[in-house]
Amino acid sequence: MDKRIELPINGEIAEGLKAGDYVYLSGEMYVARDAAHKRLMELIEKGEKLPIDLENAAIYYMGPSPAREGRPIGSAGPTTASRMDKYAPTLLDLGLKAMIGKGKRTPEVLEAVNRNKAVYFAAIGGAGALLSKCIVESEIICYEDLGAEAIRKIKVVDFPVIVVADCHGNNLYESAILQFKKEN
Amino acid sequence: MIRELDTAIITENIKEMCIEANHYLSEDMKQALDQAKVWEESELGKKILNQLESNLEIADKEMIPICQDTGMAVVFIEVGQDVHFTGENIEEAINEGVRRGYTEGYLRKSVVSDPIERVNTKDNTPAIIHYSIVPGDKVKITLAPKGFGSENMSRVFMLKPADGIEGVKNAILTAVKDAGPNACPPMVVGAGIGGTFEKCALLSKKALTREVNCHSEIEWVANLEKEMLEKINRLGIGPGGLGGTTTALAVNINTYPTHIAGLPVAINICCHVNRHSVREI
Repeated sequence: MDKRIELPINGEIAEGLKAGDYVYLSGEMYVARDAAHKRLMELIEKGEKLPIDLENAAIYYMGPSPAREGRPIGSAGPTTASRMDKYAPTLLDLGLKAMIGKGKRTPEVLEAVNRNKAVYFAAIGGAGALLSKCIVESEIICYEDLGAEAIRKIKVVDFPVIVVADCHGNNLYESAILQFKKEN
Repeated sequence: MIRELDTAIITENIKEMCIEANHYLSEDMKQALDQAKVWEESELGKKILNQLESNLEIADKEMIPICQDTGMAVVFIEVGQDVHFTGENIEEAINEGVRRGYTEGYLRKSVVSDPIERVNTKDNTPAIIHYSIVPGDKVKITLAPKGFGSENMSRVFMLKPADGIEGVKNAILTAVKDAGPNACPPMVVGAGIGGTFEKCALLSKKALTREVNCHSEIEWVANLEKEMLEKINRLGIGPGGLGGTTTALAVNINTYPTHIAGLPVAINICCHVNRHSVREI
């Protein structure tokens, strides 16, 4: 079912999402990947304040290509989410509500999604040019020294994603494969 | 006759090829994606394939890289033995081409100088260069920017001779199943069978640069390519890993003689953005 959602997503909105829903997101989200997550985790471990507000936040796992003149961002498709699995449960427990990436997650992440009434969306891997067109603003928030891995805040309009893991324990990667699997 | 060739020409070509490969997908890949829309059984799968087609159009028209992971530059360079390079040394000439291509072409710099210390080199160098010496006085360059979503899902299996062709089939299916949605399906599967540990990996990488609509000239290998494509597409993984009948667009296999005691098999997986640019100079 196609849905349109304005960010931020809260627990109530997350509860209304089902694995398999095709969703167009509009609003603000953060962009962070491997190196930025490592730094956030180091701050959390030291008990220091984070440079981003995680309450009902959405994080898009992505590292863009450089923007051409007149464009807010370059190519901007999702990166493999499993590399953030080590960090995601902690961030979810601290208020993160939506993760956008591609690929499988660990049981620990999926449990944290359920526990916190959150959601894991997949964006279409390898569609960086198409997704770039849905991003209307982009600014670096911190860690500029990390280049493509800096933390950004972006504004998206009708950004297409698919609910892979909802907070009711459903996982589209598992169920959809069974539907189309044939004997070998 | 010795042919003198200034390596500045190699630099210029490599630069252009980095930009070209990251913005325009080759015709054989476009046709394969087009074909996939016909036989895909999942509605969501069809929708994703259509979006991938729009993505290619946007990349081409607006000069936005097809994928933000513009890869590590893998360069196969076949140098005719009658060529004499002049100017900058060839390795530096190739890296300079990559440096200029990735900087001037607004491509992402994804290379770190050390696998543990992980400091970005900021110009996407060094490239991964595979040289070979061939007859003649030409230089053939194949440049394939390789993204790591799919690279990370690639495998090497050192099978036993007794495992035979069934062992090879299992190895390929295992790699694809494990890759699942992580490798951005529909994928292209390159396999190398035979040689040594490193040779089979190289064979599998080279297999990815072969056009996806053309099969091996060895009959049993061509048959295996067809059979494995069918088997992979029965796994149900589908476009984006969200279920469907298009998990792979092609299986390309290269083989090489091997040792009496071994059966090495490498599977190098590439996403649907199987980029490569080929030029002969």
